[in-house]
Amino acid sequence: MTNINIALATLLFVKPLSTVRMRQLLTNGAVVVALTICSAGAMAKPVSGEESPDFTLKSRDGGNIRLSEQRGNIVLVNFWASWCGPCREELPAFEALYQEYQDLGVEILAVNVDDEADKANVLLQDIEVSFPVLFDTSGEVSQLYDVSAMPTTVIVDRDGTVRLLHPGYRKGDEKKYEKAIKMLMRE
Amino acid sequence: MAAQVVVVAVTKLQTTQAITQNLTMVKRVLVALGLILSLVFVGGTKAAVLPIERADVLYHSYEGDGVTIDGPSVLLRKNIAGKVSVSANYYVDTVSGASIDVRATASPYEEVRKEKTVGLDYLNNKTLLSTSFTNSSENDFEANSLYVGVSQDFFGDLSTISLSYSKGWDVVGRRGDESFEEEADRQKFGLGFSQVATKSLIVGFNIEHISDEGYLNNPYRAVRFLDPTTDRGFSFVTEKYPNTRSSTAYSINANYYLPYRAAIYGDARIYNDTWGIKAQNVKLGYIHPVEDDWIFEVFLRHYKQDKADFYQDLFSRPNEFNFMARDKEMSTYTGLTAGISVSYEWQFSQTATFKKSAVHFEWDYMKFDYNDFRDATAQTPVGEEPLFGFSANVLRIFASIWY
Amino acid sequence: MRLLNKASIRLLVVACIATLSSGCASTFESINDSINPLANLEPWVKPYERSNLADPIMSMNRNPVALAYAKHVFESREGARGADGGAGGGCGCN
Repeated sequence: MTNINIALATLLFVKPLSTVRMRQLLTNGAVVVALTICSAGAMAKPVSGEESPDFTLKSRDGGNIRLSEQRGNIVLVNFWASWCGPCREELPAFEALYQEYQDLGVEILAVNVDDEADKANVLLQDIEVSFPVLFDTSGEVSQLYDVSAMPTTVIVDRDGTVRLLHPGYRKGDEKKYEKAIKMLMRE
Repeated sequence: MAAQVVVVAVTKLQTTQAITQNLTMVKRVLVALGLILSLVFVGGTKAAVLPIERADVLYHSYEGDGVTIDGPSVLLRKNIAGKVSVSANYYVDTVSGASIDVRATASPYEEVRKEKTVGLDYLNNKTLLSTSFTNSSENDFEANSLYVGVSQDFFGDLSTISLSYSKGWDVVGRRGDESFEEEADRQKFGLGFSQVATKSLIVGFNIEHISDEGYLNNPYRAVRFLDPTTDRGFSFVTEKYPNTRSSTAYSINANYYLPYRAAIYGDARIYNDTWGIKAQNVKLGYIHPVEDDWIFEVFLRHYKQDKADFYQDLFSRPNEFNFMARDKEMSTYTGLTAGISVSYEWQFSQTATFKKSAVHFEWDYMKFDYNDFRDATAQTPVGEEPLFGFSANVLRIFASIWY
Repeated sequence: MRLLNKASIRLLVVACIATLSSGCASTFESINDSINPLANLEPWVKPYERSNLADPIMSMNRNPVALAYAKHVFESREGARGADGGAGGGCGCN
């Protein structure tokens, strides 16, 4: 944002500013803003088709859970937080999916990113889920997966390859997850 | 897709050229930025969130300077399919009593003003489009206004830019004078930018340019001029205002999260307009939650204003100048407001129909001190009346439910 | 004073059309890296680090019905008007 600040500062504080210079500054400033906006939006993410980065996190039951130990199952890794509205809406949808597909080789790992596990536990007393909840309080796994939206769902196939990266949640997105699960089950 | 984009771009080029011929500098900048944004974000990515669904019922009361204005305000908001949010507000002011202006010139009155607003918000990718229509109606004044705004999150949702435009149409009447009917129109252009600076700090700035045209004074307000033929030594004649007014306000704001769970916030604004009024105000507040249920808040706000060019408490003759005003809101004065509020929340369940509810009590104490507006009801020689000042108590008592 | 003259408008429109004709991100990555030093700037607060910002006490507009009334009280008693809004912050979800 430095160029923009310099341009704006010059604009506001350099008093006798000729019309030509003002025009140039404003135009340049506007174009730079547009470029910055566009470029910043295009950022790298873990790519579908690559091996899912492995991680080990403490779970709600006390033990540790490692992603690579889930090989052989289709895994839905969901990054969520207690303070995130869409995340809270999504949890019951995941519970419904889990009830239906757990016995068919599907695992759901809900990675909570709250800075304190207590905050997640309080919410889980209200929204009950039966799938494992893992705690990423330091944010390391979120960084590993370059989580760029809250919530984010990553679907990993039986061989540990990332197959779907779904940022955000809107009502009805669980149907997309179900479709992906069914497709992966047929493989 | 490409052809569509080119058509859009060409239309915008022509629009820009047409608009730049007619607008002042501030408006041009705002329009240009708006066009850039709308072009840049045509192929957006993912989304932000709609405003939270809730219903509120408020009782408001203003009491000061011999006037009591109170009434209800009901606000309802419902989100549909995660894309659209509709809202409606019904607000009533019941005015009784007589302010200093009324006490100096006429008799007390009672009046009711009803205001209805309907709004629609549409969320598409990271853009939030908002529009609303407001109608305000009282027996001698009717105002309609239309608002459109667009707000865009970008840069990892750390930055938000917003643009707004509002158009208002007023019809001014005068009680007891059926033939009196005047109009006033208003346009507002706003630009806002907000930036997440750290995990605990948000800062922002706003610019708003407002222009009015038409009959801009209050038909009941009068200026006083020296008149040795009367007992009091002065007489009144209706105010005469210019029929245009153009203003620009610049403000900055910041919210900071304190690690033990509290927040401190502040804002500051500078204002000037073509009537010569210059004003600055600054506000500082502190929010302190206790457990999960109670939220306490305090704030302090200071306002300072320099008078309009054509304002005077006392004129020498009825037609001394082309424009004359004695409205104390056009004078030189300072205002101090201190507020305190308490709210209590009941959390139900995130999965229930009604998720939580709360009751709130907010009280503001306002003090106004005028530097060049005198109490014309005082029994002293003309022009030597004491400078006027008053205090007011403002209450907001309301209940909310989230669903 | 014509602030946006024909040349400036043309520059703006060319820049925008260039942006859109082949999709925002890809066009600009190449132009950007060469002329824009901000191209590699990444958001410094990640979406999963926004718990403080998402707290309702950090909202600019915690109770809209009350804020609208407070705004109305000030605007009716003061000569100044405008620039008293605020947006942004929040959970940044979705």
